[in-house]
Amino acid sequence: MITIENLYFTYPNGKEILHGIDWEIEEGEFIAIMGENGGGKTTLVKHLNGLLKPTHGKVLIDGIDTKKSSVASLSRKVGLVFQNPEHQLFCETAKDEILFSLKNFGFNEKIAKKRIKKILEILNLTRYSDISPFMLSGGERKRLALASVLAWDPKYIILDEPTIGQDHDQKSKLGNFIKQLNSQGKTVIIVTHDVEFVAETKPKIVLLSRGKIIATGSCTDILTDKKILDEASLLMPQISILINMLSNLRVEQKIVDVFEAKKILEKFLR
Amino acid sequence: MNPLLAQIEIENLHFTYAGTQSPSLQEINLTIEKGDFIILTGPSGCGKTTLCRCLNGLIPNFYNGDFEGTIKILGMDTRNRQISELARSVGFVFQNPENQLFSLSVERDIAFGPENLGLQREEIKKRVEWALRVTGTENLRDYAPYELSGGQQQRVAIASVLAMRPEIIVLDEPTSFLDPKASNDLLMTISKLNDELGITLILVEHRLDLASKYAKRVLIMNEGRILLDGPPTKAYNEDVYLIGVGIPKVSLLFHLLRKDGIQIKKIPVDISEAVQLLERKMK
Amino acid sequence: MRLFDGFKFTKIKTPIHLLDPRSKLVLLCVIFILSILFSNLLLFSVIFIVQIPMILLAKSFKRWIFSLRGGAFFALLIFLANFITGSTLTFSLTMMFRFLVLISSFSFFFMTTSPDDLGLALEEMHIPYALCFTFTTAVRLVPTMAIEAQTIMDAQRSRGLELDKGNLFKRIRNYMPILIPLIVLAIKRSIELAEALESRAFDVSKKRVSYIILKLRSIDYCVIIIALFFLILGFYSYFFITLPNLECNIRLAEILPWKLW
Repeated sequence: MITIENLYFTYPNGKEILHGIDWEIEEGEFIAIMGENGGGKTTLVKHLNGLLKPTHGKVLIDGIDTKKSSVASLSRKVGLVFQNPEHQLFCETAKDEILFSLKNFGFNEKIAKKRIKKILEILNLTRYSDISPFMLSGGERKRLALASVLAWDPKYIILDEPTIGQDHDQKSKLGNFIKQLNSQGKTVIIVTHDVEFVAETKPKIVLLSRGKIIATGSCTDILTDKKILDEASLLMPQISILINMLSNLRVEQKIVDVFEAKKILEKFLR
Repeated sequence: MNPLLAQIEIENLHFTYAGTQSPSLQEINLTIEKGDFIILTGPSGCGKTTLCRCLNGLIPNFYNGDFEGTIKILGMDTRNRQISELARSVGFVFQNPENQLFSLSVERDIAFGPENLGLQREEIKKRVEWALRVTGTENLRDYAPYELSGGQQQRVAIASVLAMRPEIIVLDEPTSFLDPKASNDLLMTISKLNDELGITLILVEHRLDLASKYAKRVLIMNEGRILLDGPPTKAYNEDVYLIGVGIPKVSLLFHLLRKDGIQIKKIPVDISEAVQLLERKMK
Repeated sequence: MRLFDGFKFTKIKTPIHLLDPRSKLVLLCVIFILSILFSNLLLFSVIFIVQIPMILLAKSFKRWIFSLRGGAFFALLIFLANFITGSTLTFSLTMMFRFLVLISSFSFFFMTTSPDDLGLALEEMHIPYALCFTFTTAVRLVPTMAIEAQTIMDAQRSRGLELDKGNLFKRIRNYMPILIPLIVLAIKRSIELAEALESRAFDVSKKRVSYIILKLRSIDYCVIIIALFFLILGFYSYFFITLPNLECNIRLAEILPWKLW
């Protein structure tokens, strides 16, 4: 479990970005942290693997205070996948890239080789195993970056803006993969402002605006609340707006998803 | 199509980047008229950015490769003109605002283009004021670009391009790094360029749900070819969502209803159209 | 990273910031020439101290200290390299102070002069535009690259890389995962910048008009005249006057209880 107690954080330049965050993340949850750009989302997740230490308050990962641990030891449990894969790719081959992470965490060669093979297969990158990461396309690099984090099997996986630069197909595959990871017991946290992606994958939502949590709740509850979304600079999913505007429809449930909308409308149209 | 209004004429264009095996563009035939507002979209790797680079001369003058066919921009053949010449007629707004703003103040950045054109100082000042006004960035004039939000930066980038008074502006995924609200605001500013100023726009976008209501024409590309070329209703009518094009959710909804046997005559491109069609059907 | 802060330009309205870059450049050159010409500890101390009121006027004192702290390591190295090999205490301190004077004056200059203005100044001094632009862009990119380097370090640390462990060799090797992405991204950025430049009709062969022109005001002329006065005074004293100095002719061998030499 991850516990965040009264977290305040001020950058060295004097700007206070987080103003008192209290939050608990249980194991096995699937959560989306959403909010406007500059609202503190990335700053918050950097506290979860110790890259940033609280100015006030504390962050506990499975009971361990992040102030008393190194980034390396926390990263063993909390895998953070950065937004831009080019900030981390540097090896000669894709498999070396994954080997790098595994070596850092003390895996021996034999076990590492097995894990590399497996993770490349899972993410459909086997054919690039001996190819330079710089030769890969944008989407493939993102998958490689993800593979290099999943290889050491962290309990908690955080993805920072995983959908930027991806087309519809890639996002859909990513969504399915994330849901799969979650069903295998991993705690998955995504930082995003992609409302449509969230509407399709349906995580629990935490809304962060101007350094404070302004709302938490289920996907359908939050994404249909125009007022709270407005505060966080987000727009309602298109389908939700559509259903709202159909005034003669008295729909009880909250709809965010195309398929649910289809079912409801079919009833009215037949 | 009225040949007199044609601003961009592409005939039988093939292009392969130097050092690669497969062509990035194949058999492109395209005519763009004055005042057009085109959305260019397609799955990753389909050639959208490559096509954009052809529109202002970056291909073949900056990027080398196998170039076949002809591109004429306002009558000028891009192979015989330098990019700096073509830049007077075709403006380009890139995805990442950070790498297209050069100065330490918004005002100076907007003046950068006109300075390069060798215009007189009074003319430069006039254009800077005008560009600031059109994009609503007058109050940002003394700020440094790095002090601005992503959305503000992109608006400054547009102002900087606008100050060169091009007849055509190409925008390559300008909302990529912006949150939904900022994207919406930016797209509204962009549509003003076409609506009020009559500038021909070619906009590469993935966020079709936000952008479709402004466009008059949609070009869907796949594997280096143009698959579809037509008004948004026509484009979203086809099963393009199957190749990975993120058509607006309301359009997808109607496709799914149609697949399930509901009589659908027209696929809407935005929410208001969808609402109209549904309310009519439910009467 | 704090070292970079000591050279970063910040936009504040102080009398120093508002001076024409050319007058500040003259001042910097004079300090530079005098520091190289002389080897006088007293003079260096005076030049160093004289900068302090100017820095305070420019409201940049805290960050100026960062540049000094960053240079402290090398300053100490210079001191020890001289003192341990047998030079006097005065000489070693002089060499160290020369370094500190240079670093502090450059820091002062860059903190109070915007790269854009500097580029304009260079242009008006008829240096080819291509060079001026290259220079200002390079300066402008330093803070951007510093942030990027920090992000890369964060990303690699999140993969278990420990930058502060191991012997010297291991630590140097550990910086490869930082350097390579940094260089690759720098190249990528250059290409993107070049594309954007071309798209805005940037062409060094064509005539270019500057939107903003720098004007020297009377205060600028004052600064230039005072600086040149000290320069001339400096040359005069170099050839004709012996300046007073802080002498301390102790050598290392004399203060060590055992004989090394």
